[in-house]
Amino acid sequence: MLKITNLHKTFNPGTVNAKHALNGLNLELREGDFVTVIGGNGAGKSTMLNAIAGVFSPDYGKIEIDGVDVTNIPEYKRAAYLGRVFQDPMKGTAADMEIAENLSIAARRGTKRRLVWGLPRKERESYKALLAELDLGLENRLSSKVGLLSGGQRQAVTLLMATIKEPKLLLLDEHTAALDPKTAAKVLQITEKIVKEHNLTTVMITHNMRDAIRYGNRLIMMHEGRIIVDVSGEEKEKLTVEQLLGLFSKASGDEFSSDRAILG
Amino acid sequence: MGFINAIPGAMAQGLIWRLFAIGLYISYKILDIADLTVDGSICTGACVLAVLLSSGVNVYLCLIAAFIAGALAGVVTGLFHTAMGIPAILAGILTQLILWSLNLKILGKANLAISARKYSVLLSSMDNWKAIVVSAIFCILVIVGLYLFFYTEVGFSIKATGDNEHMSRAQGVNVDLNKVIGLAISNGIVALAGALLAQYQGFADINMGRGAIVIGLAAIIIGLSVSMKIMPNFVVSLIGVVCGGIAYYLVYTFVIFLGLDTDLLKMLSALVVAIFLAVPYLKTRYFKKQRIYEDALTEAEEKEETNNA
Repeated sequence: MLKITNLHKTFNPGTVNAKHALNGLNLELREGDFVTVIGGNGAGKSTMLNAIAGVFSPDYGKIEIDGVDVTNIPEYKRAAYLGRVFQDPMKGTAADMEIAENLSIAARRGTKRRLVWGLPRKERESYKALLAELDLGLENRLSSKVGLLSGGQRQAVTLLMATIKEPKLLLLDEHTAALDPKTAAKVLQITEKIVKEHNLTTVMITHNMRDAIRYGNRLIMMHEGRIIVDVSGEEKEKLTVEQLLGLFSKASGDEFSSDRAILG
Repeated sequence: MGFINAIPGAMAQGLIWRLFAIGLYISYKILDIADLTVDGSICTGACVLAVLLSSGVNVYLCLIAAFIAGALAGVVTGLFHTAMGIPAILAGILTQLILWSLNLKILGKANLAISARKYSVLLSSMDNWKAIVVSAIFCILVIVGLYLFFYTEVGFSIKATGDNEHMSRAQGVNVDLNKVIGLAISNGIVALAGALLAQYQGFADINMGRGAIVIGLAAIIIGLSVSMKIMPNFVVSLIGVVCGGIAYYLVYTFVIFLGLDTDLLKMLSALVVAIFLAVPYLKTRYFKKQRIYEDALTEAEEKEETNNA
């Protein structure tokens, strides 16, 4: 499904700020895998997701999605394969456009945009049903500007946009980190529902170890630009936060330094 | 009576400048780019029309040619910005300078008369009422056309590009291409306004675009501040831009009538725009400070009360 081979990326090379963000990263996902990703600040989690999405081109290595080498395909073309939700609720939606218009743009991801009506009435109706499933009362606010919604509502809409046209791979970059705990739980619940319904191959970064254990069928931990822990199946089911911390110090020879990840 | 007599002329010119402002609206409001190309492309539109018309080409064909010339200027700015990575505002200045030379080459001299007596023009200052009708028709046609365009799939993706580039790319929108298309349409309309203006005043002049963007921004800002309060939607805001332009020109005519030194007009326009642009910023700054101060005051009072108790 997704195959990353020996990926390297250095930001600001040749300066004092040089950062080897990806250091020989290898990852292979099977169809239907739901992987949670954890790791301290600067471990390379977001960098990995951005590399898959094509935000920057890697210095070395190869990324394949469904057998297609996408390493040098520009971000907007690669979007045809991907659904993405970002940490910042402002990033995923166009604030000055209506909810329905945002969904309509997402529904045409990966197809050529034509000079035909962008939002036919029938399509509008179908969005109503989709929004109703979110259970956030948005089904009657199709014409509202997205900028008027709360952060949680915007993330839910972004999630819908990411999956309205079924992606080969869903990338979630700490998409609940900016929300209050109650809203975060709600958005995670919606996430799980959508992922299960469509059996989506998913990569979810989270700073919350409990969430990382609770969701998905596989868990990877990153450190200094590569994967140091990779557990799946039954082994992952039985995992506890304490064990995870133990695994981290054993694999990295370091104390896990992010309080946020432990306490969250 | 002088001022009353000047009203039809002011309205006609105001409407032509509003067509210009509608073009500017696409880059300034929809794409979120302050595109300085317009100062040059309005003149390009006028020059192309004047030269073609005086060599006997049909006036409608001249208008189409003017639109295309302006659109090409927009493409140049767009490519400077997207393909060559030059900041949008600098890209616009560069194209503007290129156009100044090109306009001189097109025109062959600093100005060219196209008298309404000699050529079949669509409008002229000799018949202001007709000029008002003709320029109003152009404004309406362009507004309707843009309304339809910005509700297509392509139109949506251009709006999204200006609104949130991050989201657009994630949804598979080619933002670079969209910026070029948007700037092309914007400058095409601007050149069309220039072509109408040349007919109205009976000549094309190499200096006619200087400071145009300021006048256009004045119309947009005045118009939007009113129309957004009434109903924040696309058509209403464009109509607001048109009305803002007319209001601006009526005031403009009025201050000239009062005997103000016309040399100072451009300075005044710039200052008015500066003030309008500053108001939202100053407002939040002032009110925020006041609120923080008040919060601190109440907090201190509460503390004092609990201490006293």
